Amino acid sequence: MTEFDVDVVVVGAGPAGATAATVLARAGHSVILLERGPFPGSKNMYGGVVYPRMLDQLHPQWWEEAPVQRWITRRSTMVLTDEQAVSVDFRSQKWGSAPYNGATAFRPDWDHWLASKAEADGATLICSTTATGLLRKNNQVVGVTTDRPDGDLRARVVIACDGVNSFLAKEAGMYGEVDAANYTVGVKETIALPKEVIDSRFGVRGRHGMDIEVLGGTSGVNGGGFVYTNLDTLAVGCVLKLPKLTAQELRPEEIIDRFKRHPGIAPLVEGGEVQEYSAHVIPEAGLSMMPQMTGNGILVAGDAAAMCLAAGLWLEGVNFAMASGIYAGEAAAESLAVGDVSAKGLAGYERRLNDTFVLRDHKRLHRAPEIVLSDRVQHLYPQMIANSVERMFRVDNPTPKPGLIRVLNQERKRAGLKVRHVVKDTLDGLRTFG
Amino acid sequence: MSKISDRWASVAAGGTKETEQWPTHSFEDLIGSTRFDVHERAHIVVDDTVCRDCPSRECIVACPAKLFVPTSDGGILFNYEQCFECGTCYLVCNKEGAISWSYPEGGHGVVFKRS
Repeated sequence: MTEFDVDVVVVGAGPAGATAATVLARAGHSVILLERGPFPGSKNMYGGVVYPRMLDQLHPQWWEEAPVQRWITRRSTMVLTDEQAVSVDFRSQKWGSAPYNGATAFRPDWDHWLASKAEADGATLICSTTATGLLRKNNQVVGVTTDRPDGDLRARVVIACDGVNSFLAKEAGMYGEVDAANYTVGVKETIALPKEVIDSRFGVRGRHGMDIEVLGGTSGVNGGGFVYTNLDTLAVGCVLKLPKLTAQELRPEEIIDRFKRHPGIAPLVEGGEVQEYSAHVIPEAGLSMMPQMTGNGILVAGDAAAMCLAAGLWLEGVNFAMASGIYAGEAAAESLAVGDVSAKGLAGYERRLNDTFVLRDHKRLHRAPEIVLSDRVQHLYPQMIANSVERMFRVDNPTPKPGLIRVLNQERKRAGLKVRHVVKDTLDGLRTFG
Repeated sequence: MSKISDRWASVAAGGTKETEQWPTHSFEDLIGSTRFDVHERAHIVVDDTVCRDCPSRECIVACPAKLFVPTSDGGILFNYEQCFECGTCYLVCNKEGAISWSYPEGGHGVVFKRS
């Protein structure tokens, strides 16, 4: 009989791992939370906004202690062409008080805090330790190997929260073929600016902040840009679809540099020292790239399970990681209680994912990543929209004002869009987002 | 016809150009802003003999840390030290066996603080 070191080993102390460990520790199980970095969050970067409502139950009043930079009260979606910018700008003071909506935070702070909560609840955090593979016995995962001397760690259940590259889920055979087309790379500069400068440039006060998501501005590479306000830094970056990035000549830092020089972006971000340059791969394709979630003795959560939601209007990931971590923890606790840690015993995980926003949002929006990153949405509609708005607002005396439908139709033609494309895309868009 | 003074010509031309120009940082400055605790063992190994036959060389343009540099003799020079551990290189690589990818020794590699 195998002797176990611990009931559950959670690999990766990011938002999925930390919440899974918290749930299991509270249920009275022994848990080791493994982290390959020197501290939780040290390997992690993201665009910059977290939506923490999944913590309402797990850590009531979380907002009183969470390491937040700013609360997002102003959100702008921007479409850029070479010389134009069209924004839909929304502001709500409600998002500036509890329970809030989104917040900017540094992942090294956020993940560290969340893992410290798991420790406080009795999980054992072990940092600077890389899980190098799975331990298996008769078709059942029974732990992980690590890079410590004599580093085998035997556990009844392994929860793989080891990030977008998840070598554990791949080794367990839970992934299909890995295709670069399903991934984007996010690159970002953290730029220091005085708080007062950020407040005045973005029109916010106190701890309120702004989130700008941008379509276009990425030098023709399918993807998007972003500008987020931290307290006294900005997060400025681009998300780039891998096969499109490699099909041209510009490197990621050059694409960010051009993005920063766009007349719609430059006045917001210019000046200031770069405090940190960072990059991370994003699982962008949603439902279609997700692995098998459950195996014998193993569950996969967070980015390791490709749970990022990259749906244009919504760009989320940390919330999906925290939710899937909670559900993985609950399902593992349930299976340990009845003594069945086979895939069947762990099936409560998938049931929970299916019953909640985690897979419901992904199912509803399963076509969104493809639509948002399509060539027409990326390159042709921005032209059509920006040119139409320019003509509507241009006072072209002595020429009389044109009608909107006529303008839209002319600009559609000029952008090279066929009527059947617009009809199809409108229907697809309504089916997906409606 | 007489010209207007330089001062007013520059006002008329839209004043200062400060919104269009600010110092460009070198890539070395950019990556120098990030902390790396380098381990002596390379966590990524590139088989340069495979790369010599590769016409597309996706890694060179895509690696955000600029770790793949073409050499004059048709090879690829690779350095693992300032690696974000992101995975872009092995995802875009089209040559089987060119890149052997793993994570650095625990506690080593990139250390983000403000991202």
